Amino acid sequence: MRDALGDVQSALVLGGGSEIALATVRKLVERRTRTVVLAARRPDELTPAAEELRAAGADTVECLGFDAEDGVEAHAALVDDVFGRHGDIDLVLVAAGVLGDQERAASDARAARALVETNFSGLVSAIVPCAERLQAQGHGTLCVLSTVAGERPRRSNFVYGASKAGLDAFAQGLGDRLAGTGVRVLVVRPGFVHTRMTEGLDAAPLATTPEKVAEAIIDGIASGADTVWAPPALRYVMSVLRHVPRPIFRRLPM
Amino acid sequence: MPSPRGRREGGAEANGGRTALASAAGSLPRDPDSLDGGDPTLLTGWGRTAATLAALHRPDGADRVAEIVAGAGDRGVIARGLGRSYGDAAQNAGGRVVSMLGVRGVRGFDVDNGVITVGAGLSIGELGGLVTPFGWFPPVLPGTSQVTIGGAIAADVHGKNHHVEGSFCDHVLAFALVTPGGEPLTVTTATEPDVFAATAGGMGMTGVVTEATIRLLPVETDRVRVDTERASDLDDLMSRMERDEEYRYSVAWVDCLARARRLGRSVLMRAEHATRAEVAGGDGARTTLDFSPPRALSAPPGIPSGVLSTATLRAFNEAYFRRAPRLERGRIETLNAYFRPLDVVADWNRLYGARGLLQYQLVVPFGAEDALRAVVERLAAERAPSFLAVLKRFGPGRGMLSFPLAGWTLTMDLPAGRAGLAPFLDELDELVVEAGGRLYLAKDSRLRPELLEPMYPELARWREVRARLDPRGALRSDLERRVGLVAGAPGRAAR
Repeated sequence: MRDALGDVQSALVLGGGSEIALATVRKLVERRTRTVVLAARRPDELTPAAEELRAAGADTVECLGFDAEDGVEAHAALVDDVFGRHGDIDLVLVAAGVLGDQERAASDARAARALVETNFSGLVSAIVPCAERLQAQGHGTLCVLSTVAGERPRRSNFVYGASKAGLDAFAQGLGDRLAGTGVRVLVVRPGFVHTRMTEGLDAAPLATTPEKVAEAIIDGIASGADTVWAPPALRYVMSVLRHVPRPIFRRLPM
Repeated sequence: MPSPRGRREGGAEANGGRTALASAAGSLPRDPDSLDGGDPTLLTGWGRTAATLAALHRPDGADRVAEIVAGAGDRGVIARGLGRSYGDAAQNAGGRVVSMLGVRGVRGFDVDNGVITVGAGLSIGELGGLVTPFGWFPPVLPGTSQVTIGGAIAADVHGKNHHVEGSFCDHVLAFALVTPGGEPLTVTTATEPDVFAATAGGMGMTGVVTEATIRLLPVETDRVRVDTERASDLDDLMSRMERDEEYRYSVAWVDCLARARRLGRSVLMRAEHATRAEVAGGDGARTTLDFSPPRALSAPPGIPSGVLSTATLRAFNEAYFRRAPRLERGRIETLNAYFRPLDVVADWNRLYGARGLLQYQLVVPFGAEDALRAVVERLAAERAPSFLAVLKRFGPGRGMLSFPLAGWTLTMDLPAGRAGLAPFLDELDELVVEAGGRLYLAKDSRLRPELLEPMYPELARWREVRARLDPRGALRSDLERRVGLVAGAPGRAAR
């Protein structure tokens, strides 16, 4: 159960290999979290992370296979299995996603579709059964990792931006639908984060780290926020950028 | 997805009711959709934190309570009274919550001997209003009288007289319990000593109390005689409280923001029921005694979270301390003025804003005064804005999970949204456990589950009794899940 100060006791991570997700789980385990399920495309690579979490005080750490491209039935089965064996899950953190190859995705239909599946439709089919289980247990937080790139797609990575925009919109709508059910949906919009995914790219202004995003996520869970930006200043930057006219926006150097 | 709100498919009632009662021996059909059949309702405790959704049932009698308990599915059922537990004791996410407020009739009142039998949903305040005109008084009054009899038993509540008269369950002669299987059971210390001791302070996990027989306290008037004195610091206060046994009621307000040499400065208020002779000349000739609830004011809506800041509370504390007389003996006050200061503002919990509040109440045994001093020092150093900080002496405790033990109990309210509160309170917990003390489960909303066993040494025995009563685990609550009351710390529990 979540406590009065917003600390959770159990977490399921979809996309357990994400650096932001792992940074978040590490901080959660420092506090009250004792059960962690990391679902990832390559669960065997998470053994060191799992060991580290156990050493930090987690009693139960499990790594399971999860691929956004798996079928709807496989996603439902995974969610049933996790909720069935571990009891209440206080936090579901949806962190799976790839940046993709923008150049290829812009012209290669197959690559574009794969990117949308990995970042959006493949996650939707895992989020729906999670939301069902959270509703049935009468409480829980569903935290969805979006990005500021989804708030207004830029030409330099619009396929990624579009897939995240879809996920972001889905999560917002789901959050509104679940209002009053004891289940909250938290949308997290980081800016440029220094991770393996962004390695080699030029850092954007207001670049941040997985640890900082993790702090924003944990504060958001505790305060019951609907949306958090990381760093928080991006909220204001984006509210300006959203209203920049298209002819100007497309000339911005980004 | 089916519509998340207001789901009312008939599944639970079809599986519940008669069929479930008939097979209540432990092989009930597990009902996956136990939200059905009640009103889906978001519930919190008095602290307004960690809301969860449950199917709220409002039965009007004990028979109906039995059906609701017997028909509970996997997510179980818990009783709820007036929702004055600060944390999640009377919540049951995804399961059933039985509001007992419809079960509050008076079943019998022996006016000559001061013994009354009432429905568990009656509040202690209502009980007081009923019996005071006849020259009787509730044997134990907690800080708020907005507590039901059922809740008072489940939390084994204490009042300002604990040091001489014990807790609420010390004055309960018998109670009627709907067992987890949905069967009625009459419980007294003589006939069911284990069930009595497991239910007193058992946080509702042994069944649902539907009525109780209570021994009342005789009073001559509806006034109290109050002695007030100021203590300059914590040591001064503790030495003054050595003489608590001379009074029936004793409580001290402590300024937790005063530091250094004024650390723990406080106002000690001790009282005794006034006799007719003591109020003679005034309205001592009155024949009708009154303890009707004060007309409550509402807190204004839309309070910003910052109202109760350290600065405003320092100003309040300064004024409160200065206003109190240095030493005053024999002041005659009404029962309301002494016993219900908190009930004057109806929903004062909203003063803490959207993030809500928590109450932290600890007890450390006599001899562990250093730990108490360390806690007060940490509080003062942290500048934690506590609106209410109260120190009291306890006598010995009684139930297996009852909070009181012979020692010092300190209570404070804190805003839940304060940054850094979680690790700070974890530190205080360590001090309390090392000193052999514990926290009050009725107030708790954030205890680290690993500390439950060291705090409650009779937990294992309680679990045995509870397992006998409730083999299928029909009674569940958010508190129970969070601290692992039944199954052990979450994550470690064998599943």
